[in-house]
Amino acid sequence: MAVGLPAYLVLAAILFVIGVAGVVTRRNILIIFMSVELMMNAVNLTFVAFSSFLRALDGQVFVFFILVVAAAEVVVGLAIIYAIFRHRETVDVTDMNLMKG
Amino acid sequence: MPDLIWLVPGFPLLGFLVLVFGGRRMPRRAAGAVACAAAGLALVYALGALAFLLRQPADARRVTVALAPWIRAGNLDVSWGFLLDPLSAVMILVVTGVGFLIHVYSVGYMGDDRDYPRFFAYLNLFMACMLMLVLADNYLVMFLGWEGVGLCSYLLIGFWYEKQSASDAGKKAFIVNRVGDAGFLLALFLIFHTFGSLDFDSVFGQAVTRLDPGGLVAVLIALGLFVGATGKSAQLPLYVWLPDAMEGPTPVSALIHAATMVTAGVYMVARSSALFDMAPGVLLLVAVVGALTAVFAATIACVQNDIKRVVAYSTISQLGYMFLGCGVGAYASAVFHLGTHAFFKALLFLGAGSVIHALGGEQDIRKMGQLRKKLPITRATFLLASLANAGIVPLAGFWSKDEILAAAFGGHHYLLWALGSAGALLTAFYMFRLYYTVFEGKDHVDRHAAHHVHESPPVMAYPLIALAVGACGVGIIFGFPPDHGLYHRFVAPAFGGAAVHEIGTGTTVGLALVATIIALAGIALARAWYRTGAHPAPSRVAERYRGLYTTLVNKYWVDEAYDAAVVEPIRRGSVRLWKAFDEAIVDGMVNRVGDWVQGWAAGLGRFQTGSVPTYVLSFLVGAVAVLGYFLLAR
Repeated sequence: MAVGLPAYLVLAAILFVIGVAGVVTRRNILIIFMSVELMMNAVNLTFVAFSSFLRALDGQVFVFFILVVAAAEVVVGLAIIYAIFRHRETVDVTDMNLMKG
Repeated sequence: MPDLIWLVPGFPLLGFLVLVFGGRRMPRRAAGAVACAAAGLALVYALGALAFLLRQPADARRVTVALAPWIRAGNLDVSWGFLLDPLSAVMILVVTGVGFLIHVYSVGYMGDDRDYPRFFAYLNLFMACMLMLVLADNYLVMFLGWEGVGLCSYLLIGFWYEKQSASDAGKKAFIVNRVGDAGFLLALFLIFHTFGSLDFDSVFGQAVTRLDPGGLVAVLIALGLFVGATGKSAQLPLYVWLPDAMEGPTPVSALIHAATMVTAGVYMVARSSALFDMAPGVLLLVAVVGALTAVFAATIACVQNDIKRVVAYSTISQLGYMFLGCGVGAYASAVFHLGTHAFFKALLFLGAGSVIHALGGEQDIRKMGQLRKKLPITRATFLLASLANAGIVPLAGFWSKDEILAAAFGGHHYLLWALGSAGALLTAFYMFRLYYTVFEGKDHVDRHAAHHVHESPPVMAYPLIALAVGACGVGIIFGFPPDHGLYHRFVAPAFGGAAVHEIGTGTTVGLALVATIIALAGIALARAWYRTGAHPAPSRVAERYRGLYTTLVNKYWVDEAYDAAVVEPIRRGSVRLWKAFDEAIVDGMVNRVGDWVQGWAAGLGRFQTGSVPTYVLSFLVGAVAVLGYFLLAR
């Protein structure tokens, strides 16, 4: 192993932080979704890295779960976004403030 | 038979219940019939009660019937008890007799009224309460009836409640009564405290033993009772509600404010004679107040122009005579005057009602005149009633009023006798001023109304005639010879044979002669001044003594004085309490709680920005915090 475990973890951490920054910062809801995906992939990477270095399959199994859930989530989320877009003609998250007050 | 005495108030009470719940669902005439039947049945039973009493030996005419226990709390043991003795028998006969006739009269008088069933319901309720008052065998049941008649008075005075003046008059009557009732209640508390019971038998039986004659307790009790009587029977200073009570329908004025309710005070004082005898100072006060009221009200009556007001002030005046009678110890004579007065005063009111009805609602005597041809029956009965009121022998009023004045004279209360005689002069004067102005004098009737003037229908005329017979005969049949006639011999045992100052026959005849001369003088003056309606004297005298005249017309400004001294301060105090306490403090507290909650809501609501990125940020912060806790703090 030329690259040690810490390298993978750092990479995953960086990816995760980029994802968080995207969720918190961006205005386009689709970009936010992509950032969420990025966060989930970072987590997947962490799991796989540990699975490889601890020589246990548990991590990889968990990744499958995460992938399934992510897929389902994307389906539902996009359906909601589409419904909102049909009414409001916008994907700007700051315009979705009906819960104000 | 005596066990059924409760039916006497029971029938009108039943009538009331029937009319209250079913009055609107039955045809109009049926409602009137129900009420008259209830009153009539009460009268029948009252006569039966009298017959029963007469069958007993003279010293055993006293029956107490306890129906059921009412209050049993600690020492207080009060039952629904009734007392039938000569005094209560006389009272129930007066109430049911005059009451029944007025019920019949009302069928005609109120015939076109929209609220016909309600009227008869109230009238029946009134009869029930009044009968309960006079048949009670303890002070609490009497007080219940006392309050009940006060309530009915309010309901009936304000019968046409949509009229502001009528509803105001009803309130005034009730409130002024209540002031008197406060005195009555204080007396009741003191009675219970002193005697441990409210039953007449217990209280009157122990009056001599438990009360020091003239002592503080006796005086306070008698005073409290008299204050109550002052309110209910419209004496100085609590008489102000009675003239205003003329806003009610005329049968109401006849029944309640002439014959029955206002006499409740007199009955109560007479019934409590044992207590009053223990406080001679208060008795003197009773006599003085009575005499003063008699003259005071008579002076006002001389210048009033509303036919009902004149009769109202006359009532106040005659009630004064009754209290004068009680005050000088002539309780039986006072109650006798109560009875005779019921006949002629009710007749005067019903006659006035007949006139008002004929003229389509006119009550101002300056718009009447020369009605004797068109209203013969009304005129004849009104004339008889006026003569009776003025105390002309052999009509009813003479016998009873004369007994009272003779008792005052015989008891050496010469000043009171003089006041009473002065009142008699004024009585004769104002009664005939009224009679001549309405039935003779100049015809000032409104041309339009004059076409509809007609005598009353039989249903109204027959009661007038019946009452006239009473006003003529009751006095001489039951009151001759004075102090020893049928009435006195019947009623004396009820007063424990209290000694009335005996005066010689010569003095009696002499006093009667003086009284008759005085009355005739009053009538003569009124005849001279008012018979033609064109005599200059009345207006000239009014001009010459303008100050006095204005004072009388304005009723000595007593109402205005009360308004300024009592009503306005209370009203202003109430407004202040309302603004400073109810609005500022009570509402303030409630509102402040609400505002506080709203403050929290607004403050916490600031978290609800609706901005999704903000929510995401809070997730992040929360997640970091939890994570931080688990990684660092543990």
